[in-house]
Amino acid sequence: MAAAPRIIVVGGGLAGLAAAIKIAEMGGRVDLFSIVPVKRSHSVCAQGGINAAKNLKGEGDSTWQHFDDTVYGGDFLANQPPVKGMCDAAPAIIDLLDRMGVPFNRTPEGLLDFRRFGGTMYNRTAFAGATTGQQLLYALDEQVRRHESEGKVQKYEHWEFLSAVLDGNRTCRGICAMDLRSMEVRSFPADAVIIATGGIGAIFGKSTNSVVCTGSAQSVLYQQGAFYANGEFIQVHPTSIPGEDKLRLMSESARGEGGRVWVPRKKGDTRDPKSIPESERWYFLEEWYPKYGNLVPRDVATRAIHKVVYEHNLGIDGQPMVYLDLTHIDRQILDRKLEGILEIYEKFVGDDPRETPMKIFPGMHYTMGGLWVDYKQATNIPGLYATGECEYQYHGANRLGANSLVSCIYGGFIGGPAAVFYARSLAKSSAAVTNGVFDSELKRQGEINAKLMKADGRENPFKLWRELGDLMTRNCTVIRDNKDLSATDGKLCELLERYAHINLSDRSLWANTTFVFTRQLYNMLQLARVIAQGALMRNESRGAHYKPNFPERDDKNWMKTTKAYFAADADEPRFEFEPVDVSLLPPRPRRYDAVK
Amino acid sequence: MADKTVIIKIKRQQSPDAKPQWEEFELPWKRGMNVTSSLMDIAANPLTRDGKTTTPITYDANCLEEVCGSCAMLINGRACMACSALIDKLDQPIRLEPFSKFPVIRDLAVDRIVLFENLKRVKAWVPVDGTYDLGPGPRVTPEEQELAYPLSRCISCCCCMEACPQFNEHTGFVGAAAISQVRLFNTHPTGKALKHERLAALMGDGGIQECGYAQNCLEACPKDIPLTRSIAEVGGEVMKQAIGGLFRR
Repeated sequence: MAAAPRIIVVGGGLAGLAAAIKIAEMGGRVDLFSIVPVKRSHSVCAQGGINAAKNLKGEGDSTWQHFDDTVYGGDFLANQPPVKGMCDAAPAIIDLLDRMGVPFNRTPEGLLDFRRFGGTMYNRTAFAGATTGQQLLYALDEQVRRHESEGKVQKYEHWEFLSAVLDGNRTCRGICAMDLRSMEVRSFPADAVIIATGGIGAIFGKSTNSVVCTGSAQSVLYQQGAFYANGEFIQVHPTSIPGEDKLRLMSESARGEGGRVWVPRKKGDTRDPKSIPESERWYFLEEWYPKYGNLVPRDVATRAIHKVVYEHNLGIDGQPMVYLDLTHIDRQILDRKLEGILEIYEKFVGDDPRETPMKIFPGMHYTMGGLWVDYKQATNIPGLYATGECEYQYHGANRLGANSLVSCIYGGFIGGPAAVFYARSLAKSSAAVTNGVFDSELKRQGEINAKLMKADGRENPFKLWRELGDLMTRNCTVIRDNKDLSATDGKLCELLERYAHINLSDRSLWANTTFVFTRQLYNMLQLARVIAQGALMRNESRGAHYKPNFPERDDKNWMKTTKAYFAADADEPRFEFEPVDVSLLPPRPRRYDAVK
Repeated sequence: MADKTVIIKIKRQQSPDAKPQWEEFELPWKRGMNVTSSLMDIAANPLTRDGKTTTPITYDANCLEEVCGSCAMLINGRACMACSALIDKLDQPIRLEPFSKFPVIRDLAVDRIVLFENLKRVKAWVPVDGTYDLGPGPRVTPEEQELAYPLSRCISCCCCMEACPQFNEHTGFVGAAAISQVRLFNTHPTGKALKHERLAALMGDGGIQECGYAQNCLEACPKDIPLTRSIAEVGGEVMKQAIGGLFRR
C-alpha cells in the first residue's frame, strides 16, 4: 500500500500516546481522539512510580524476578508470555522516559533512584516525586505535540467516541465520534483503530478514577461484538481518602517509603493518635504478614483493613477508617519523595500528614479486566486494537502497584506497530471502503441521539448513576457473595428498565454535558452486568476476587480467562472460558504470610 | 432543606455568543464539600434557589485532585481550581464565573487551547532521536532534578494567565506558563539543543518583554511554581541572545 497508513487512536493517556508516537515514527498518520485535552487524561493521577528491574541497588533484581512477582501477584490468571515481554522491556522503557526528560528522582551519583512497592522485596520502582504519572504523561504529551507540529498527528480533543464502524465482514474501518461542543456526529475512516480509553471507575460511583473513566467506549465495543475479558476482577486500593465527590488516592509509595498502617488496639479509643503509645497500637499488616508487612499486594491489604474494621470493629472513631502513619519519617525525605500526595491530603482534608497520621480506607481503583486482546493487542474484531487499562492482558487477578504505567506504555508500543503492520497488509485501504458503511453507522448513532434528546420520563440520570455506584460498590468489590451478586444483576436490569424512562434535564444542542453523560450511563449499566455476572459465575477466590463461601483458588476449574460477549437479541452477556497460558511459571499457592 | 446550607451564584452563558446571566442555588451543606462536588449536587437536582427548574451547569472537570488542570474558574473573583476549593473556606454567597480572558464555551467551561498552541510555538519538548532503545539518559544530579521537578508540575490550568494584567487581546502575551516551560527545557541536557529557537520564539510582539512584573502569576499558581523566577531567568537569556544577534549582523 503506497499511502501512509491512517490509524485512529481513541484516548490520550499513556497507552494512547505511546501508540501514537510509535505510529508517527513508523510513518503512519494518527488521528487522536480524546474527551479531554490529552494532557488532562487520567494517567496524570498515577502517583507512586513505574516498575522496571534495573537492579541499580545491588539487590540482584532481574526482569525474571519482576515477571515472577507480577504473575504471582496476579494469582496466575494472566497469560504469561506477554507479561514476560512487558517485564523484559521495562528497563528500556525507563531509559526512554529518562531521555525524554522525565524528572525522575536521583541518587547522589546522578542515577535513577528506585523505591519499594507492594508485592515485591526489591527496590524496583522509579519515581518522580509522588506525581510520576503526571510526569510520564507530560513527557509523552510533549513528544506527541512535536509530531503534531510536524503534521503526523491530528488531535481531536473534546470529542467522544461513539462506536466503531464495521464493514460487511465485521472488520473495523473507522469510528463514529461526537464533537462535545457542537454535538455534531461524524464518521472517520481509518485502516486500523486503537482503543486506549482507560478505566471504568464511574461504574462504581465514587472511585479513585477521573470523571472521564466511565468505560463507555469499552462497553460500546463489547455491545458491537468485542470480547470483554475478566471483567469481575476489580482492584480496590487499600489506601484512599474518602470524599464527597471522589475517593482520592493515597499512593502505595507512602508505604514504600516506610508508612505504617495501624489502628488503636482498644475499641472506641478517642485519644489523639500521636498520644497512643506503641504498645497500644495494632500494626495488623506487619503482624499478619511479617515478611512483606505493609507492602503486601493491594487485594491482601484491602481485605485486611476490611477485616479489622468490620470483623474486629476497630475502625477509628467507629468509622470505616484506619491510620496510615508517616509521622516517624524525616520531614525532608517526605518532602523530597512524597510531596505531591502529602499536598493532596493537606488540601482536601486539612491535616498535615507529616504531623498527624492520615485516615484512609479502601476505594475502587482499577480494573484488571477489559477488552480481550491477543499478544499483539488485537481484539477479536479485525482492525480493532486495545491498549492500557481498557484491555485485560497484563495483571491477571490483581495488579501490582507501579505496574500499570509500564503496562500502558508497553501495550502502546506493541499495539501501535501491530496496527501499522496490519494496515500495511490490508488488501483494501479504508479509503476504498464504500461510503455506505460509514453512512449506516452514522445514521444509527444519529437515531440513538435523537431518541435520547427527546427522552422525557421521570428518571434523573445523575441519581440513577448514584444508585448504580452504590450497588456495585456494595456487592462487586472486596467481598462477594452469590446471593448478593444475582440480586445485583436483577437490580441492574431494573436500572436499565428505568433508564428507558430517563429525563434529560438539558435538551440544548451545544456543549450539553448532561446528554453526553446520559449516553455513557447506558453503557455503564451494560458493562456492570458483565462484572456482576462474571463474579457470580467464578466460584473460587483468586486475587482481587474473593468469595468467603469459596475461599480457595481453584486452578482445576477456574484457571481460565472469562470472556464475555454480548447477545444482542437477548440484550445480555454470555460467557465462555479460555485456558491460561502458564507455560513459563508453574502455578503455586499465593501466600504473603510466608516466604514464597 | 437541611439546617445548614450553602449559597452559590453562578454566571451562566448558554453559548459563546449568548448573553450571560446569574443563577442562584442553595444546597444542603455536607462535610468536606468543594466547588466541584457542589456542581455535581446541582446536576442531580437542577433547581435554582427560587425553585425554578434549570439545566445542570456545564464545567470542565476530570481528576478532582488538582493535577489534571481542568476545572479552573473564577471563584469569588479569584482564578483557582474548583476541585480543591473547599466550601468551608469560601465566603458566601460563593460566586462562580468562567475565566474572563478565554472564550466561553458554555457556563463555566472556557477554551484554553491558546496555551497548548504556545507550547508548540516554544517547542516545549526534548528532541529525542527516537523511541527505540538507546540506553540511559544523561546523568542528572539531585540538585538539577530538584530544580526541574517543580517546573514540570505545571498543570496547564491557565490561572497564571487569567490573573496576569498583561495577558489580553492587545498584547498577545504568551503568559507565564509557557515561559516557565522554556526554562525547564532549556536547562535539560538534551532539551537545550533547541534553546536558541525557544528564546527566539519569545522575542517580539507577545513575547516575554510584555511582562509587566505584576507578579500575579506567582500568587495565582496552584502548584507554587516559581514563575517570576522563570520569567527573570528566561528574560535574561532572551536579552543576551537578542544582543548577540545584533552583533552578529
